[in-house]
Amino acid sequence: MLRTEEMLLNVGPQHPSTHGVFRLVIKIDGEIIKEATPVIGYLHRGTEKLAENLQYTQIIPYTDRLDYLAAMTNNYVLCHAVETMMAIEVPDRAEYLRVIAMELGRVASHLVWWGTYLLDIGATSPFLYAFREREMIVNLLTELSGARLTFNYMRVGGVKWDAPEGWIEKVAEFVPYMREQLAGYHELVTGNEIFVNRVKGVGIYTKEEALQYSLSGANLRCTGVKWDLRKNEPYSIYDRFTFDVPTREEGDAFSRYHCRMEEIEESLKILEQAVVQFPEGPILAKVPKIIKVPKGEAFVRIESPRGEIGCYIASEGKKEPYRLKFRRPSFYNLQILPKLLEGENMANLITILGAIDIVLGEVDG
Amino acid sequence: MTEDATKNEPSPNQPKLNQIVSAIESHVGQDALIDHYINKLSKDVPTIVANPNTYYSIAKLLRYDEQLNFAYLSELHGTDFETHMEIYVHLHSFNMNQSVALKVKLDRAAPVIPSLVPLWPGANWPECEAYDLLGIDFREHPDLKRILLGDDWKGYPLRKDYQPYDVEV
Repeated sequence: MLRTEEMLLNVGPQHPSTHGVFRLVIKIDGEIIKEATPVIGYLHRGTEKLAENLQYTQIIPYTDRLDYLAAMTNNYVLCHAVETMMAIEVPDRAEYLRVIAMELGRVASHLVWWGTYLLDIGATSPFLYAFREREMIVNLLTELSGARLTFNYMRVGGVKWDAPEGWIEKVAEFVPYMREQLAGYHELVTGNEIFVNRVKGVGIYTKEEALQYSLSGANLRCTGVKWDLRKNEPYSIYDRFTFDVPTREEGDAFSRYHCRMEEIEESLKILEQAVVQFPEGPILAKVPKIIKVPKGEAFVRIESPRGEIGCYIASEGKKEPYRLKFRRPSFYNLQILPKLLEGENMANLITILGAIDIVLGEVDG
Repeated sequence: MTEDATKNEPSPNQPKLNQIVSAIESHVGQDALIDHYINKLSKDVPTIVANPNTYYSIAKLLRYDEQLNFAYLSELHGTDFETHMEIYVHLHSFNMNQSVALKVKLDRAAPVIPSLVPLWPGANWPECEAYDLLGIDFREHPDLKRILLGDDWKGYPLRKDYQPYDVEV
């Protein structure tokens, strides 16, 4: 038998497939990975420390920079935590605007994942299609908030801006268009033999492992756990919509792909219903100018495109939080990576890493 | 309904808190818990406060008891309350369809606590984060290291008395 020497290989921190600054130190024996050690923290900006000296409204722009592919959900989780502690009732119109913005963000986030994942494993054109559709969402959200990615759109008690004239109609038009494109995506990629061979049966973990490693989002649902906080711990107005939680049983990279693609469809269903139900009314609750959260603590969690995002606030009754903590889904989801890579072929590294769908801004906090 | 009346109304989660507390008292000990209450500010989550000696046994019971079965660790982090350090663990049980907040107060001068990684492997990185930013020592942790900051970082930034260290100054 051919004797091979163990080699230490450094991937990143500047590597196209990591979509950010993520470093992986791997020990390989020939083509086989013996050990993988993730090194993170390159994008750590100390959001939680900074927040201790900021008023609640001032923290919102910082949340945009955690998961910058789905900033609306980050905005929401902070506002939701403050609203929960202060028992603020958010006006209906504001909640609808928030849900529409968050679901558009979910679709956009999954599109980026879809495009870049395929790009990573060698298919160039899907990326262009995905970004064409995503650009339409980005334009819609720009019309709403004035920014492409870092929206700073939500406020404690509601939202900053009302929908401009004709905006809701544009969202309504986008839904059937996106459905049509999605069918095209499936024709282009889902049945493709090369793609299926790359992802099927790769990066498998069981339901028990997924739970042990605190995975969430599509990473958990791909093992058959029907768990979505929008359904299981309803927040906002999600109980007013009919939608399904897509799951798969296999627990491989292909099943994660299916879950995300179907989640786009479910988000479109929510959007479709939201634009019909969209009510008139105020967009901001009566909230004091200086927000002071009552003394105590709270932890709330909601469903972001990447999984369970949580926000913990400990308050002393002042206008700044005493302690603010985000439960960042990418950070938790990434933990299982060394286990998945052990004994894997080098060629599967990118397939497995990409299927987790991490955003480094969120991993590092 | 007046505000006081809402406050005094028993929470719908009260029976679940009672179930958890009685399980802990009969399996771990009568004085295993320092406090237990419903946190009205946090969507009525049952909250239990362990003492450092019973923290691990309580966590183990929550994890493996057939009725309780808190299989999912949702969140773990620390806070510096100046008088003491605190660990906050948010667990979820799909069996009971209920979350629980497990807290433990630590001595601020020497914050040491058993690691939960043997029970929930998902506690690994969050514990590293609490070590990195707050200097909490998790015993029996497989690989406790500075996870976000560099290895040569001085001090623990999320401590309230943290002084930024800069060689240039």
